[in-house]
Amino acid sequence: MSGNGLVPEENSGDVSKYVVQALDYASRFGVDSACARVGRGKGYELTVRMGELETIEHHNGGSLCVTVFMGHKKGSSTTSDFSDEVIAGAVRAAKSIAGFTSEDPCNGLAPKDRLAREFTDLDLCHPSDIDREKAMEIAQECESAALTSDARIINSEGATVETLESTTAFGNSDGFLHEEKTTSYVVSCCVVGKTESGMQQDYWYSRGCDPSQLDSAQSIGLMTAKRTLRRLDSRRINTCDVPVLFEAPIASSLLRCLVGGISGSALYRKASFLLDSIGEQIFPEGTRIHEQPHLKRTLGSSFSDAEGVATVPRDIISNGVLEGYVLDSYSARKLGLETTANAGGVHNLTIDSGQRDFAGMLKLMDTGLLVTDLMGFGVNTVTGNYSQGARGFWVENGEMQYPVEELTIAGNLRDMFGAIVDVGNDVDLRRNIRTGSILISNMAVSGE
Amino acid sequence: MENYIEQARTTLLNPAEVGDRELDTLLGKMSGRHIDHADLYFQYTRHESWVLEEGIVKSGSYNVDKGVGLRAVSGDKSGFAFSDDLRFPTLTQAAESVRGIAHGIGTGRIVATERRSVNAPVLYGPHDPLASISDAEKVSLLERVEQEARNKDPRVKQVIVNLAGSHEIMMVVRADGEICADVRPLVRLTVNVVAESNGRREQGGFSGGSRETYDFLTNSDVAFEYAREAVRQALVNLESINAPAGTMDVVLGPGWPGIILHEAVGHGLEGDFNRKGTSAYSGRVGEKVASELCTIVDDGTITNRRGSLTIDDEGTQSMNTVLIENGVLKGYMQDLTNARLMNQPPTGNGRRESFRHQPMPRMTNTYMLPGESTHDEIISSVDKGLYAVSFSGGQVDITSGEFVFSATEAYMIEKGKLTRPVKGVTLIGNGPDVLNRITMVGNNLELDSGTGTCGKNGQSVPVGVGQPTIRIDSLTVGGVEI
Repeated sequence: MSGNGLVPEENSGDVSKYVVQALDYASRFGVDSACARVGRGKGYELTVRMGELETIEHHNGGSLCVTVFMGHKKGSSTTSDFSDEVIAGAVRAAKSIAGFTSEDPCNGLAPKDRLAREFTDLDLCHPSDIDREKAMEIAQECESAALTSDARIINSEGATVETLESTTAFGNSDGFLHEEKTTSYVVSCCVVGKTESGMQQDYWYSRGCDPSQLDSAQSIGLMTAKRTLRRLDSRRINTCDVPVLFEAPIASSLLRCLVGGISGSALYRKASFLLDSIGEQIFPEGTRIHEQPHLKRTLGSSFSDAEGVATVPRDIISNGVLEGYVLDSYSARKLGLETTANAGGVHNLTIDSGQRDFAGMLKLMDTGLLVTDLMGFGVNTVTGNYSQGARGFWVENGEMQYPVEELTIAGNLRDMFGAIVDVGNDVDLRRNIRTGSILISNMAVSGE
Repeated sequence: MENYIEQARTTLLNPAEVGDRELDTLLGKMSGRHIDHADLYFQYTRHESWVLEEGIVKSGSYNVDKGVGLRAVSGDKSGFAFSDDLRFPTLTQAAESVRGIAHGIGTGRIVATERRSVNAPVLYGPHDPLASISDAEKVSLLERVEQEARNKDPRVKQVIVNLAGSHEIMMVVRADGEICADVRPLVRLTVNVVAESNGRREQGGFSGGSRETYDFLTNSDVAFEYAREAVRQALVNLESINAPAGTMDVVLGPGWPGIILHEAVGHGLEGDFNRKGTSAYSGRVGEKVASELCTIVDDGTITNRRGSLTIDDEGTQSMNTVLIENGVLKGYMQDLTNARLMNQPPTGNGRRESFRHQPMPRMTNTYMLPGESTHDEIISSVDKGLYAVSFSGGQVDITSGEFVFSATEAYMIEKGKLTRPVKGVTLIGNGPDVLNRITMVGNNLELDSGTGTCGKNGQSVPVGVGQPTIRIDSLTVGGVEI
């Protein structure tokens, strides 16, 4: 895990050897430059349904992806077979493809002076002794907590325990080589509730790189039941224009829309609603959205991006103003800018919270729609046009009144970002995008 | 299909020195007492993709994927492992790990007989798309398609063309003695454009494909038609106004809008959800669940279609299954496990994304049979409503029945006439409820162009949809104009 990125260590680990092998072949076949990535994972997924073991899946596999450049022509190839002759064949295939692609001066490896050199231990690897028997106990306890919590919980899609130990290595012909081991653990549950008006299901999960970070099996089960029960007897509401509060677990989707709009590939294609917006006020004053790539014990942290470029903590939105894009080295060259170390995505993108907890956010909204689930594909990154299926709760006097379903919410992302009233401190830490609940002053809600 | 088995052996088994004796040993290890079914799924897939943007082919990729999935089923329980290493010692280890699933639940009725092969009518050729034309020809096709889009209108500013092809060899060896193999070609061409006018930018796209070689795209005008369609849609969207919000009558065009059937009906009729009783359609066979104008089938047997399969991924011959007939629910889509547990025949819907995944009931080509009305009659019947012709995708909650699908090209209908195009809009409804409000069905059945991919439990498989023009009374439309 630790060491200098530019000088391969002795015993460089399990999978680095395949990267070295691929780069050796690339050099032997006379390509100008090359990079290779190997990922291997090992783990299992165990599901208990209605108290009994339903399925066990054992996972053990991986792939090697090699990219070669002939001048500024590019070709890639992937294989799941790590035998010597197949790796050679993959490199040959990538080179052959590069022969048919066109010169693009922006193609190439990441700038050498931007490659990560320092790797300190992010504490992401926690192999555990959770064997099948233990996993079965966890899943049973989780599902049982949900099933026995209320007579209206009548069925289950099961509780699942997933474990994964993965090793990834990336190297390029500029001498970069780095290998990293991470572990991940997920416990999830999904149950079905029923009343005379029909059935509803919901789920909950907990996730971390160390089993000790996970919520207890019982609390995951109880949360699953609670979320399922509160959906029962959902009603419809009339079409209206009201404040909308995005519950924390789905509020991250709004930030994902931001990332889509400021990502290099959308920008150089002029296919973004946030084209040429650097320096503009996109969010209300006071809003800060930033990357935290070096958080310890946090899945999503890394000292390098997918091209080996050193990651840095940075503000993307500062005081509501767009400060930077989300670029890899290719899109950066296309735009005449520098890479922001975002090949492969953002690293723990975080919107800073205000002072209010979830109850405080409901009070602040007073009357409006709390959205707990979003459905559909109605986000247009080119125009910012937003129209999504939604369900949640009708809120009056700052209190949830009753569950509502079969609604859509619509607006334009640029307007929605500008209309953020506050961000709660009820932050959902389970994913790579971290946010509390987000209140938007008004949106079109379509119902009956 | 006999020669497919030989082809699979040559490609997958022989290099790893796995023969009949080794297969028997593995299946023997997997199928002890209490095991109802055990199988080995060998797969070898080659896939390539070429992308053109800004007028040049910028990148291409080539993937080779090879491995085996091992599964033992006991009652409703399954043990599963996969390996990308096909050597016998590794497979032995994997085989031992999957049989732990049996704890005295299954009836253990596997009767291993002499190995016998399945023969089904072949629905698509075994030819390798990747080798069907040269790489230079692939690049040239992309360039010509791009030119077609650019020449169509000066407002076209960006054109991205993606050509993808795959060739898959699969073989299923089952503990009950059945052995079968399939060779599956698949190609797809996608064109996306961005058009700009007076500072406003809008996108359009079109995509299509087939279980054929690239000849499907080069032997006719079809690839250029995709380009023209993508441009047309982008230009329509340049004129679009805000969509209305609220409930109104909706007309869906023929073909790809059949995505509504996939979401509102299809997923809810997959055997696994219905065996477990978690679908809004559970226990409702024989009941009227849709307007009597509706007859909906899942048909995996259409020649060369993207969603078609000669045999499914468990070795069951593909079928044409009636799901809903004149509004009455007739049956579910089944894989082997759920068919056995529900005491119903398998329907050839056991599918999996790859050897890394377990099979489950999945759709093939799902469509509604034609009715009596003409397209024009249906449009002119609507006083104020929405006409939607293209969609980016859909999603469903099978337990509540709630589903959405998001339109990328739609128009207002006013006094029986199409008027202005409207911006992209999501439509939402409840499956069993909406199906009962289908009040007109056209005589113009079309299948989609061969572009659909369906996701379920993290697994993606190619599917098809289709329908004639239909009218749905009072559906919720997610616009902004209140």
